[in-house]
Amino acid sequence: MDSILQIDNLTVSFNGFRAVNHVKTEIEKGEIRFFIGPNGAGKTTLLDAICGRVKPQSGQVLFSGNLDVTRYSEHEIVNIGIGRKFQVPSVFAHMSVYENMELAVVKDRSLYSSIFHKLNNEQRERIEDILVTIGLYEKRLNTPKALSHGEKQWLEIGMLLAQEPKLMLLDEPVAGMGRSETDVTGKLLEKIARNCTIIVVEHDMEFVKDYATKVTVLHEGAILDEGSVSEVQSNQKVIDVYLGRGGEGECLM
Amino acid sequence: MTEANVRNSRFDLRRLTKSKELLVFAFLILLLVFAPLFLSIFRVNLLGKFIAYAILAIGLDLIWGFTGILSLGHGVFFGLGAYCMAMYLKLEAAQGKLPDFMSWSGLESLPWFWKPFTNSALAIVMAILIPTGLAFVIGFFTFKNRIRGVYFSILSQALAIIFSVLFVGQQAYTGGTNGLTNYRSIMGFSLSSDTTKLTLYYISLALLVVTYLFCNFLVKRRIGRILVAIRDGENRVRFSGYNPATYKIFVYCLSAAIAGLAGAVFVPQVGIISPAEMGIVPSIEMVIWVAIGGRGTLIGAVIGAILVNALKSGISDSFPDVWSYFIGLAFVFVVLLMPQGIVGLVKEMARRFKQPPNHTEHLSTDKAA
Amino acid sequence: MGTYLLQIFNGISVSSILILAALGLAITFGLMKIINMAHGEFIMIGAYVTYLMQNQFLHLPKSLFGLYFLLAIPASFIVSGLVGFVLERTVIRHLYNRPLDSLLATWGVSLVLQQLARNIFGAPNVDVKSPGWLDGGLVLSQGLQLPYKRLFIIALVIVCLLSMFLLLYKSKTGRRIRAVMQNREMAESMGINTRRVDAYTFAIGSGFAGIAGCALTLLGSIGSTLGTNYIVDTFMVVVLGGVGTLVGTAAGGLLIGTANTTLEFLTNASLGKVLVFILIITLLQWRPNGLFNISSRSLDD
Repeated sequence: MDSILQIDNLTVSFNGFRAVNHVKTEIEKGEIRFFIGPNGAGKTTLLDAICGRVKPQSGQVLFSGNLDVTRYSEHEIVNIGIGRKFQVPSVFAHMSVYENMELAVVKDRSLYSSIFHKLNNEQRERIEDILVTIGLYEKRLNTPKALSHGEKQWLEIGMLLAQEPKLMLLDEPVAGMGRSETDVTGKLLEKIARNCTIIVVEHDMEFVKDYATKVTVLHEGAILDEGSVSEVQSNQKVIDVYLGRGGEGECLM
Repeated sequence: MTEANVRNSRFDLRRLTKSKELLVFAFLILLLVFAPLFLSIFRVNLLGKFIAYAILAIGLDLIWGFTGILSLGHGVFFGLGAYCMAMYLKLEAAQGKLPDFMSWSGLESLPWFWKPFTNSALAIVMAILIPTGLAFVIGFFTFKNRIRGVYFSILSQALAIIFSVLFVGQQAYTGGTNGLTNYRSIMGFSLSSDTTKLTLYYISLALLVVTYLFCNFLVKRRIGRILVAIRDGENRVRFSGYNPATYKIFVYCLSAAIAGLAGAVFVPQVGIISPAEMGIVPSIEMVIWVAIGGRGTLIGAVIGAILVNALKSGISDSFPDVWSYFIGLAFVFVVLLMPQGIVGLVKEMARRFKQPPNHTEHLSTDKAA
Repeated sequence: MGTYLLQIFNGISVSSILILAALGLAITFGLMKIINMAHGEFIMIGAYVTYLMQNQFLHLPKSLFGLYFLLAIPASFIVSGLVGFVLERTVIRHLYNRPLDSLLATWGVSLVLQQLARNIFGAPNVDVKSPGWLDGGLVLSQGLQLPYKRLFIIALVIVCLLSMFLLLYKSKTGRRIRAVMQNREMAESMGINTRRVDAYTFAIGSGFAGIAGCALTLLGSIGSTLGTNYIVDTFMVVVLGGVGTLVGTAAGGLLIGTANTTLEFLTNASLGKVLVFILIITLLQWRPNGLFNISSRSLDD
């Protein structure tokens, strides 16, 4: 199988506290990989390390075979094909939905291009396609403040899509969504996964069960178990530290 | 009201009347074109000075109103541009001899860095290039390492102090506290003649139009959206694949270049430049022009600069004490009560006048907030 | 050798005043994200209070005159603190979390306060006569004398730093202040009246600036622009040290104070300033949020 991301012996510490401790895993092309685990397990920090927001103390993150992303800065990582969505929806609040997409869709992000180049037809069509996919075409001229929480999340996923990443990192994309919105988001992810690998951090176990190809359980910065949803669910250690111990997953099991 | 809310309302207003801005600008320029018909040459000269300030305000608005970077050291760029021009004027006045203040300070020959300024064209180019170069160096070492927000503002303010102290201290080369003054002519035309003054006025006005149109072009392009995006969420911009440092350095350099140009326009009309024009007080006053006019709109910057300075020359001539109270209270008042400045106020009034409050619209905005 | 020692001593004494002035600034910025440009005017107010106190004592028997300074210290703390309290209640509290706007509004306040001072006390500088017991100095060796005035200032600053430390880390009020600083929402939900904490903290910070002004009267004449001369250096201390930390403020103050005096001694006043600026920018390359910053995990704050 073809792997897109190899995390090798990755350690991230904050003032001596090891948020991520010797993590080693491999993510294959086309996967929808879920990182689960109790709060403070290091899931978000792991995403932060992949997208360059924190610099690891040791270890490597190899993307597409040989690019060590820990050497790149955030915007360079985006430009080699890794997109990131943050937990709190962060879109540009004072620009229309369309303008938000416009900034994301452009591939040449140089100063020169942003002054002299306008969008070409292909880019405009792609924006419109994505807007239809995420269901925001009608609201393309609104500013995000007129959008619901779920719609903001979709807009951000749409912006990610417009970047055409090879790997997408999503931090709790369905947090704060109702069941129907959650399902729409899940379907959206499946659609995206056709040409893109996805890593999701999520607490909603139902959502995990429905859409995960593979699950990585993190606990206190280290990998506790990895496998399919059913494999992970039957692991006694996982049940002890997370699923069965009054963790967020309990009521849904 | 949070800073985010303030920005919110601003953007909506800007969208509403984007095209009207150009109309207002055209009207304003028309007024300024015909102003000399009704004003004494003394007043025209004064208006020329305000126009120089308006040019600077456009650049300052670009970096503060649009990009959210508050520079409290733009007096330095303005001053550097002005000094470049003044060096040329001083050399022309000296007619091949050593400028007066240099011989008073005991210099015997012209310092090497003064020599290029015998050439008027070169002086004008330098008036723009030197501020740009300084901004590049400062911008490179601050923005690239993510020194931002108030940290940058305070550093830029320190820059203003440093340069004014430096220029006062190097009396033999800069004229010290007195600055550079007593010019005679510009490119052979006597500076005291009314025709020269009028010509300079119209040149300033033309440069104001050019600067405005250029910046207007920029903010309408994608870069304009990127600048606003940097103001509203710099890290989000970074995770969209843009390097904010590049854009910030660019906009800082551009606004420094515009400030330098403004300085070069200022000097021949006012007849003096001294370190007092580049210290912290003038630098922060420049910010208040933009704030009063309406930050984030180019027209606001122009209106603010001209209006505040017209008021200043009106009030401070007769009551200098009153001016301090006025400008001080204006700072507080504008920031607290009309953060969008005059332009925001006018737009808000126009909107209320045009559409009576729409019930459903209110509901939807309430929900979103 | 002696001159170098004296330079270092002078550096420390300049630093100590910077630290005292920056103390309030660092705390209020850390607490409320307010950049108070009028902070320098609290220094000025403290200085004028000392001047007024001295004038009162001129009417009293000569033997009592030496005492005025001891009374002036608490008086300048109280008056500056009160003005700070009023400013917080009327202007500052509308500007929370708008650091750049607060900077502009408080600059306006500072212009008004300066003009008021000019109208009340006149434009020329006034002199404050130091108390007799601070004349002279500690003779260390031939030609090396540490003036009592400067020693007194250093001691005063140490006392202020210590009391600030005790207040912040050992008292109930201090615990509240730190709670609000670290997590405003959480503190609010725990029943802490954050608005009151803000107001008191701001007043205390202003009060310390007042003491700095009082101390400054020992070093020279005072005028309406006294604060302006110190405000930028004071802010540099905060920027370099990192906001909201006492250690950072002390370290930043010491560094800038000694660098200022040393570099000005080695070159000249104007070049010295340039070099200090370059030094600060260089240090910030390495730690952009100050030497002792508190890091935050939010994406765009």
